[in-house]
Amino acid sequence: MDEVSATQPERAARGAEDCVIHTRALTKRYRGGQLAVDGLDLTVPAGSVFGFLGPNGSGKTTTIRMLMGLIEPTSGTARVLGHPMPRSSRAVLPHVGALIEGPALYGFLTGRDNLLRYDAADPTADPRTRGARVAAALDRVGLTAAAGKKARAYSLGMKQRLGLAAALLQPRRLLVLDEPTNGLDPQGMREIRSLVRELASDGTTVFLSSHLLDEIEQVCTHAAVMARGRLVTQGSVAELAAGARGRLVVTTPDAAEAARVLKEQAVADVVVTDDRVTGEPPERDLAEVNAALVRAGVRVRGFGVERASLEDAFVALTGEGFDVAG
Amino acid sequence: MSRAEAAPGPARVAAGSPKPLWTLGLLRGELVTTFRRWRTLALLGVLAAVPVLVGVAVRIETGDGSSSAGGGGGGPAFITQITNNGLFLVFTALAATLPFFLPMAVGVVAGDAIAGEANAGTLRYLLVAPAGRTRLLLTKYATTMAFCLVATLVVAVFALAVGALLFPLGDLTTISGTRISFAEGLGRALLIALVVAASLIGLAALGLFVSTLTNSGIAAMATTVGLLITVQILDQIPQLHAIQPYLFSHYWMSFADLMREPVYWDDLVRNLELQTLYAAVFGSAAWARFTAKDITA
Repeated sequence: MDEVSATQPERAARGAEDCVIHTRALTKRYRGGQLAVDGLDLTVPAGSVFGFLGPNGSGKTTTIRMLMGLIEPTSGTARVLGHPMPRSSRAVLPHVGALIEGPALYGFLTGRDNLLRYDAADPTADPRTRGARVAAALDRVGLTAAAGKKARAYSLGMKQRLGLAAALLQPRRLLVLDEPTNGLDPQGMREIRSLVRELASDGTTVFLSSHLLDEIEQVCTHAAVMARGRLVTQGSVAELAAGARGRLVVTTPDAAEAARVLKEQAVADVVVTDDRVTGEPPERDLAEVNAALVRAGVRVRGFGVERASLEDAFVALTGEGFDVAG
Repeated sequence: MSRAEAAPGPARVAAGSPKPLWTLGLLRGELVTTFRRWRTLALLGVLAAVPVLVGVAVRIETGDGSSSAGGGGGGPAFITQITNNGLFLVFTALAATLPFFLPMAVGVVAGDAIAGEANAGTLRYLLVAPAGRTRLLLTKYATTMAFCLVATLVVAVFALAVGALLFPLGDLTTISGTRISFAEGLGRALLIALVVAASLIGLAALGLFVSTLTNSGIAAMATTVGLLITVQILDQIPQLHAIQPYLFSHYWMSFADLMREPVYWDDLVRNLELQTLYAAVFGSAAWARFTAKDITA
């Protein structure tokens, strides 16, 4: 039974060969009856930096835990690196580095000993190179100087870095980073972003969940948005941001007159704030709109369309913004 | 950074081919982690204090030169013989700690094994490493058993040291009244320590099973120690004699039979059989529970 049914998803996976993560109708209902993830079809292309977005309680963490084999799905399938999870955990997980719901450390061990312990837990890790790999991982996250300190004395940002170091103990094909910049100072955030870019340029696929939308926009090539356990949308970041239309912005000292002209020119939803007049751009050529403004004697300082941010797209999709889903 | 570039080569070769001795790295890490904790050291310290206290108390009590023979009947087994031979402090200390101190320490370590990791969140990182659930559980059980052995040996070694310091050593008299040499007495003491450690195997499996049921280390420890106390009380109620042979602590004191000449094996064997049964039942239950559990902590 198992053998026969296995061929079907096998073929589907081969069709989507360069998918690092591929789920079909992935569903998790907790024992209390709560539906945490509902029929999720997620596809993460190889080599992408994939942003995973959603309000708190939308099922992101449950999804990540199912992908990592920590939680058994109620129904549906999840394939990571082409293998079914959680069945192939032992084959898949050595190639996956993960930071799930914040770092967890042994406070009574030093930073270095924490990494040695996690590395020893991986049966594929070579004990002969363990010391060198731990030192390299510590170096990569800037913790070499604090490696000998007990982890309980670490600040939140240092713990976060140590958690990242644990994910980087081996060369990985996939990195799953849940809120990686949590608790980091701006400098640390920049470092993490450049680290993510560096890893991605080495060919590692990065699956990144974050609340910081501008962060996603800065580093991610693809994104998916979840709300209430369902996938709202997924695609490249450019496509998602394009889905939310930009706004026409006119900067002028004659704001009232400009607003009147813009309405005449079929610009909808005109809003005036001081010397800025914004509105939804009309279908017609914007050069015509500008010419009309000039003809009406409006002194124009600036004229252009502000591209929609991912945040606009996100709010448009999830509606309730960052309110916790009931 | 140069080291980072040097590392991937051998690591990539190793990936995907688990070595035959794959559990040893994790086991060593687990042992180091367990025995480095202050809590473990404090438990061992308490256990080490018991023979010291008993030895000093007996020494003070008999310091005026009077024989302790008149005080027979009270206190743990063998206590009256200590003044004649310090080696008996080993048997006394084990008899004093086996009903409660030793199993309590084992209950703490076993109860915390999985639940403590879940509580700290480190369990999820061990599992995505991936430690493997069966492998991690076996490692935890092996570590708990190693703790049983170390804890028992700590009691025995401290008892021997204190006994040697405060009392004379020499040939000793068995329960059956025969004389055996000091060397053979030492051998018996070691054997008794091993039997006492083995007596804790069942409780260790029970504690490990409880540990897979909850994400709170404290709750698992309290439950395991609570079960221990309950079983010890049930074992004292005469009306319950029908179930008493199945309580894991029922044959614990049989280790004294090793001091008979010839050794009386019946209860010793029953004890080991019972411990094996508990280990099999609760070990399987822990495995069934842990391998199917959703890790949400």
